[in-house]
Amino acid sequence: MKLSHIIAIVVIAAAIAIIIFTAGDASTYVNFDQAYQMASTGNDNQIHVVGELKKDESGHVVGLENSKDKLSFSFILIDDNKKEQKVIYNEPMPPDFLRSEKVVVIGHYQNDQFMAKKILLKCPSKYQDQKLTNVNG
Amino acid sequence: MHYFIGNLGHLFVIASFVTSIVAAFAYWKSFYSTDNIKKEGWRKNARSAFYVHGLAVLGVVAVLFIIIYQHYFEYHYAYSHSSLHLPGQYMVSCFWEGQEGSFLLWMFWQAVLGIMLMRTKQGWEAPVMIVFALVQAFLASMILGVVIPFADFKIGSSPFILLRDALSDPIFKMNPDFIPKDGHGLNPLLQNYWMVIHPPTLFLGFALTLPPFAFCIAGLWQKKYSEWIKPALPWALVGGAILGLGILMGGYWAYETLSFGGYWNWDPVENAVYVPWLVLIAAIHVMMTYKNSGAALKASIILSITVFILILYSTFLTRSGILGDASVHSFTDLGLSGQLLLYLLFFTVAAIILCAVRWKQIPSTEKEISTYSREFWVFLGATTLCLMGFQVLMPTSIPVYNKIIELFGGHSNLAPPANQIEFYSKFQLWFGVAVALISGTGQFFWWKKMDKGKLKKELIVPILISLIVFAVIISIAKVYNPIYIVLTLAGVYLIVSNIKVLASVTKVNPTLSGGAIAHIGVGMMLIGILFSAGYSKVVSLNSSGLILNKEMGTDFNRDNLLLFINEPKTMAGYEIEYRSENLEFRNKSGYVRKNDIEPTADPYRVVATKDIVYQGKKLYNARDTFSIYPENTFYEIEMRRNGKIAATLYPRIQINPAMGGFLASPDIKKNFDRDIYTHVSATMNREDEPAWGKVEEQKVKVGQQFFINDYVAVLEQVRPVDRVAGIELEGEDVAVKAKIKIEGEHESFYAEPIFLIHNKSEVGRVPAEINDLGIRIALLNITPQTNEFTLGTMARQKDWVVIKALEKPYINVLWLGTGVLMIGFSVALVRRFKEYKAVAS
Repeated sequence: MKLSHIIAIVVIAAAIAIIIFTAGDASTYVNFDQAYQMASTGNDNQIHVVGELKKDESGHVVGLENSKDKLSFSFILIDDNKKEQKVIYNEPMPPDFLRSEKVVVIGHYQNDQFMAKKILLKCPSKYQDQKLTNVNG
Repeated sequence: MHYFIGNLGHLFVIASFVTSIVAAFAYWKSFYSTDNIKKEGWRKNARSAFYVHGLAVLGVVAVLFIIIYQHYFEYHYAYSHSSLHLPGQYMVSCFWEGQEGSFLLWMFWQAVLGIMLMRTKQGWEAPVMIVFALVQAFLASMILGVVIPFADFKIGSSPFILLRDALSDPIFKMNPDFIPKDGHGLNPLLQNYWMVIHPPTLFLGFALTLPPFAFCIAGLWQKKYSEWIKPALPWALVGGAILGLGILMGGYWAYETLSFGGYWNWDPVENAVYVPWLVLIAAIHVMMTYKNSGAALKASIILSITVFILILYSTFLTRSGILGDASVHSFTDLGLSGQLLLYLLFFTVAAIILCAVRWKQIPSTEKEISTYSREFWVFLGATTLCLMGFQVLMPTSIPVYNKIIELFGGHSNLAPPANQIEFYSKFQLWFGVAVALISGTGQFFWWKKMDKGKLKKELIVPILISLIVFAVIISIAKVYNPIYIVLTLAGVYLIVSNIKVLASVTKVNPTLSGGAIAHIGVGMMLIGILFSAGYSKVVSLNSSGLILNKEMGTDFNRDNLLLFINEPKTMAGYEIEYRSENLEFRNKSGYVRKNDIEPTADPYRVVATKDIVYQGKKLYNARDTFSIYPENTFYEIEMRRNGKIAATLYPRIQINPAMGGFLASPDIKKNFDRDIYTHVSATMNREDEPAWGKVEEQKVKVGQQFFINDYVAVLEQVRPVDRVAGIELEGEDVAVKAKIKIEGEHESFYAEPIFLIHNKSEVGRVPAEINDLGIRIALLNITPQTNEFTLGTMARQKDWVVIKALEKPYINVLWLGTGVLMIGFSVALVRRFKEYKAVAS
């Protein structure tokens, strides 16, 4: 076998390995029920859940709890199936949190609570504003 | 309304689009004319068309600048990216904040490069310029903003649309000529000097991948299969340097401005430029091998084409909106995804077809390569670089797979890896090791014919020195992680072996030293990255020991630190203390405490309540009025070591509802061996009424010392006053003001509560508040019989801020390595351009 063939085989093997690892390490978008199932079968992979914050009739976010030292907080997230879930996040509350339209939490279940390792906020973008913000200058 | 300027700009856009097509067509005619006179004639036409194209692009740029500089807020671009109060230098950043402006920047650079190429290269002009003109036509179409009649199909998004056409605000129905008084403003994260130079550098890098691609296509087309490499190589080298520099500038900007805690986040937007750069570096290496030995022609062709296609792909990823949730900072969708896809597919398909047609004719060497040849090592290195890029490209494209599956009616819920940094790092680290070992060893084969015996002799000294240096580093820096140990060794070996090569090459001919210098730079970067990222640690660990939520378990690190004002805590060997909230001067550099100023009617101007001293220098006198930037609050964090101030950090917060709320930027204490990186992660909400404690009453006499919330206080005097702000004093009304001095931790404060009697019976009290101490004092009563005054004091929780601080050891090695790499590129460039000129003349 020629050297170039050996190299070619190694390269192909490496490429296949990369694809397999990509597939293996890729996370998934799931809802809370699926996430709970995963956790109860011992699968503690980090997954993505997309949802909205729970609000009362007047649009105020409800169910927020700030820790006393302001270093962590919890909130209630409603997923696409309308399931409500308490989510705990071990970072101070991002001040634009309450304004976000959509929240993506990345983490996993731990004893009936969802532990978020990371939170992505989707805030109303300034580009999509269809209103002038400072009409009167 | 300034209609003319916008119409002029739009005219320039259309002209640039039309002239690029005309130039492509004319060059095509010239290329295929057999008659020499006709050939020359078409070429002249084509050149004129491209010159006009260049002028038109310049015109578009000029008009857009004028609109931004003159604050023509009737235009959407000026309104949404600029504002009256934006400092001049950042108006440049407004230009490329929007998608249209960044397309324009890219077009501008390519027009410049096109004109340079047109002037220099004789035999290549027509085919190379056809590729250039076509690329320019596609780019111009992105900002064309023309609606095709009847089909209701819009091509491109013009930067010159009026605000009233872009927004459907009801005010425009009432008054179509309405012009807002001020603009939306520039995203504060982009108000940074790096954002003035990073985008132009990056887009110049993008543009520089076009000449190698164009020469390669022209070579295949004219069946000059190998001749294209010589003119293409210098451009590829400049591209490698500039693109690399642009990427690192972006990283440095992120480090200084964003608060994710580093310079690289493996965000899709970053990956999208990292991958083409890796492949470009691989392409440069195989092209140089080809020039020297004749092997690697096919690889050079494939890689040069791939680099450009990857640039187009990254453009598609970041601008089509396909990344959606996956990225934090991609451009918003302007509805150009169809056009972008067409742009990508056109050049991909055209290049593949051309390659396929010509493939059989491309000469190749049948000779089997030996492990002791430089070709072997270059191939190995290039392959590693490509796999390195491939590993990043695959996961970054996950949103694309989802879209493709959806296109065929399926459903996919694949998400990018949950922890991007960890995921990419664990693979890229090993690629880094491979790159270091290959380029450390490969250099020896580059300059000399090698066999087993010679190689041993060459390698023994560098390996020994590497081991010694490695042992020293490991023991000083205490590296215990096995993977990091391997990477450190590989990095040291890369540096040491290239220093040896550098020494021997410089003796022969210093102009040949570029490669060795560049590789030393890469080795330094690897080590800098390893330490600054691998050993980056949170130093703001919460030592309070409070577990707030039992369910959280213990695996959660408490990474943030709550600092109360003027209460020192220890962190990373420093004593740190939160001192004050500050604003930035507009006309001087430095910060002023919010407690030392009073607002005026103009939010950008304030009055000093006392002499303003910053870093020992008096900048303004008491009662002076001066300008500040009201949007940003800087939190003064003092770091002391052994009682001496080591640094005063000012991490920034901007609360800006228009920009998405709360934006934090770090401040960095730069030391020789480590950076301390601090950003604010939570602040108090000043709009909420603070929760005051119970009122404590005490009777004091003038001159008497007493305590307020554990602070020593003295009632210095009580005197009648004639005027009380906000209250009309009439007839027999009486008002008295007490002056109380309170000794704070660092300075004394004066509280001046007022007591007044109105209409003989109504009692009014105006309490005084000391923000820093969190206390409020009211003069409750006066007992003339005993000469005593009753004071009511209340305390609230003191002002606080939550910070997060990280330590980045040896990050300077990374920046230094970048500099060395750039020097290496420059040396190599000088040499290649000289060769190129020697051939051309």
